[in-house]
Amino acid sequence: MTLSVSLTVNGQAHSAEVEDRTLLVTLIRDGLGLTGTHVGCDTTQCGACTVHMDGCAVKSCTVLAAQADGAEIITIEGLSPPEGPLHPVQDAFARSHGLQCGFCTPGMVMASAALLKANPDPTEEQVKLGLEGNICRCTGYFNIIKAVMSCAAKTGAA
Amino acid sequence: MYAFTYRRPGSIEEASQLVTEAEDGKLLAGGMTLIPSLKQRLAQPSDLVDLGRIPGLAGVTEETAGLRVGAMTRHVEVATNPLVRQHISGLAELAGIIGDPQVRNRGTIGGSISNADPAADYPGGLVGLGAVVRTNRREIEAEDFFTGFFETALETGEIVLSVLFPKPLKSAYEKFRNPASGYAVVGSMVAVTDGGVRVGITGAAGFAFRWAEAEAALGAEFSPGALAELDYDDSELNDDMHASAAYRANLMRVMTQRAVARL
Repeated sequence: MTLSVSLTVNGQAHSAEVEDRTLLVTLIRDGLGLTGTHVGCDTTQCGACTVHMDGCAVKSCTVLAAQADGAEIITIEGLSPPEGPLHPVQDAFARSHGLQCGFCTPGMVMASAALLKANPDPTEEQVKLGLEGNICRCTGYFNIIKAVMSCAAKTGAA
Repeated sequence: MYAFTYRRPGSIEEASQLVTEAEDGKLLAGGMTLIPSLKQRLAQPSDLVDLGRIPGLAGVTEETAGLRVGAMTRHVEVATNPLVRQHISGLAELAGIIGDPQVRNRGTIGGSISNADPAADYPGGLVGLGAVVRTNRREIEAEDFFTGFFETALETGEIVLSVLFPKPLKSAYEKFRNPASGYAVVGSMVAVTDGGVRVGITGAAGFAFRWAEAEAALGAEFSPGALAELDYDDSELNDDMHASAAYRANLMRVMTQRAVARL
């Protein structure tokens, strides 16, 4: 069986025919060609597939495309305009070297952006708890936390 | 993932009918347990009946008898809701430490309790707070709702609509979380109510239960020390790779003591 879903991704309206069991991440990557959203595990643990759905960070590997019908999705490609400037969180990850291999980075950035939106001035402990749903296998957490904290200070001062 | 037919009912009546008539129908709430199970081919339902588009199932409202939390209310909403934080702070604490932020943005109270994972947080919270589950057919006391390992009193076609939490005088929730999954190895909800002290335990056994001996001890003297000499017969407790039964029995005491110490 297939069904038709319509959703807005990075400000652009899309309609697609999907299987009932198609995951949101599959639609984003294979259907729309937005491969910045990564699939790191098959068990809903790693958070590499994190996108914003109606303003909330969600694991797009654990949402059916059908459930996202009508939703507003932002992926890593839509976080900042293509011509720049970078989103403050992306910029902070670059400056603080908040990545090694980069595989988890899209999810880390999307989760961090949501975290800072809900709590613009978090403590280090709150950053750690806020990124609990994201796993980095390079164990680069130190600089990831540094990046988010530097960004927090910046948005706090603004 | 095995193929299934996705259904999107617009009312509870329709949802109940669809799930009853399906060959092997499953209700889909937030999907934070069901979708991972499907992906790992641990479940093969013929139909998935999505409750996500049924109006009126989400949100917290104040009633004379307490706070009513709609079945499709996300964990993050319970954790941050001003009414919950003001009147049942232990419930807000509980919802705020389920899984991780992405899970809390999708997972629902109705889905959690209907799934009845023995290590889930909400079951211990409902039992400890003396909540009542309202379905499309009846009202069920939390203690009668959880009946076994991943088992509830729900019948086929019966759907949780909301959970009514009476307001305790004060409440606190403590859990020893599995560092990998975030699930409760043991969790304890302590509620001080007009009717006495209530203690709801999750994670320790096949399903959430009230710890009567601790309630009696705390009723006599409300302090962590009142539980110091209390031993729990661990012969019925879970014993697995995460923790032995004896360790869980000890965690029951320690988590309850920590909750009491904060009240």
